[in-house]
Amino acid sequence: MPNRVPRRVGVATVFAVVAGAAFLGFLVLPMLGLLIRIPPGELLARLKNPLIVQALRLSVVTSLASAVAVFVLGLPLAYLLAMRAFPGKRLLEVLIDLPMVLPPTVAGVGLLLAFGRAGLAGRAAAAVGITIPFTTLAVVLAQMFVAGPFLINSARAGFEEVDPAYLRAAATLRASPGYAFFRVVLPMSLPSLIGGAAMTWARALGEFGATITFAGNLPGRTQTMPLAVYEALQSDLDAAIALSVILLVVSFSLLLALRSARITRPRVG
Amino acid sequence: MNGSSGRLVVGLAVILAVAWGPSPAASVRAAPASSITVFAAASLTEAFTVLGKVFEERVPLRVAFNFAGSQQLALQIEQGAQVDVFASADQRWMKYLQQRGLTLGTPREFARNRLVIIIPRSNPGKITQLQDLARPGLKFVIEADAVPAGRYIREALAKLSRAPGYGPDFAQRVLKNVVSEEDNVKAVVAKVQLGEADAGAVYRTDVTQAVADKIASIDIPDPYNVIASYPIAIVKGGNTGGVQFAAMILSRLGQQVLWGYNFLPAVQR
Repeated sequence: MPNRVPRRVGVATVFAVVAGAAFLGFLVLPMLGLLIRIPPGELLARLKNPLIVQALRLSVVTSLASAVAVFVLGLPLAYLLAMRAFPGKRLLEVLIDLPMVLPPTVAGVGLLLAFGRAGLAGRAAAAVGITIPFTTLAVVLAQMFVAGPFLINSARAGFEEVDPAYLRAAATLRASPGYAFFRVVLPMSLPSLIGGAAMTWARALGEFGATITFAGNLPGRTQTMPLAVYEALQSDLDAAIALSVILLVVSFSLLLALRSARITRPRVG
Repeated sequence: MNGSSGRLVVGLAVILAVAWGPSPAASVRAAPASSITVFAAASLTEAFTVLGKVFEERVPLRVAFNFAGSQQLALQIEQGAQVDVFASADQRWMKYLQQRGLTLGTPREFARNRLVIIIPRSNPGKITQLQDLARPGLKFVIEADAVPAGRYIREALAKLSRAPGYGPDFAQRVLKNVVSEEDNVKAVVAKVQLGEADAGAVYRTDVTQAVADKIASIDIPDPYNVIASYPIAIVKGGNTGGVQFAAMILSRLGQQVLWGYNFLPAVQR
């Protein structure tokens, strides 16, 4: 057995394990801190509080709605970016990334200036009697705005990995572009799409800044879990931690379910 | 013990070293004592910013401010924020810290404030008097219950319900129009300033010159208004610079600046 090769690998392995474990600890410790502070019995007791149930339900409903909306509206854009070259494409890509770097509260102000009743597009809506701010719809829009880029970028990467040879083959077999998309591209890029959808949904679930700015904070209508946590944080730390743990548990279960679906999906034949 | 659990031990040791190694508190204290930190209620933003500059001209110390809702500041101090001076918008959160032994000496009232109703200059809700706030469909923005101003407006509305000409269900009808419960007064100003809310409840001092061209105010008559009492105290562990700062706030000069920003004089005890 040659001596030096395993030794070099050994150092690298040790480094990888140590660095990996340290980073994992960094990520897990804060959550562990939240978890061990509240006894499980108290968590269950809190789940009986209608205000918390209300916030939790609103969070789950709005984040799922925004994830679905982003998925449906974002896929065409992602497909276009992956498959076509056109002037100004770079600019478009940067524009799509911008909501990710914008501080969420600033995003909220931007949404008000665009879709508020005195806003650029909101004025027209207000003229026909629709006002968006302070509604549950505003919560969904805020989540879509901040979470949308995650889906677009992830789906685009997935589409780009599809070998054009398959599309050419499909075309040779007289498959329409739509048929080819649904029967070839979509199944082949499914892992990226599901991963992107999970990221989008997770980001939407945790959304805070844009929501409180654009949709306000009203229990039952716009107060999602992150807003409820924030409000509780201002008067009752333990309540805030309990709420956070509930949010963590729900997110963990849903993300785990998505990951498992990803692994066990049937192979594309 | 096999190899992988050995690596696990190494990993855990690293995590522990990262987590508990260098004390973060120690590094904060290592900072030069050439500055003081003042936590002040959001409604004090303008007046204290000016007073901070005055202080820096007279004393060779820099002043760092943290302006937020009093409830948030109190909790940050409770959680170990290194602060020299705390200026609260109500007695409640000062008492909260006092009871936990986190203040030095007796807090002193340095200013008082009163609530007003603000409306956008464009007056989309067509509000000309307090009674209009109960009109169904109006968008009224207040502060959450934990925020001092949020408690005061609820008290004031309850008082108005007992006043002639408002009706016993006045408070209830107005609270039904609440579309958002913000976490500080400045967020309420922002929503009214943008014209998204028809009305908001803030302190008289929040109608600053910077926003006076965008918002108008309606007074709440004294018998029904709630007069907010602002106490100031040195925080446990604070340095002598904090004492100097508090003394300046309570001095004639400090008081005059505060009056200039529409605060009411403190009742000297």
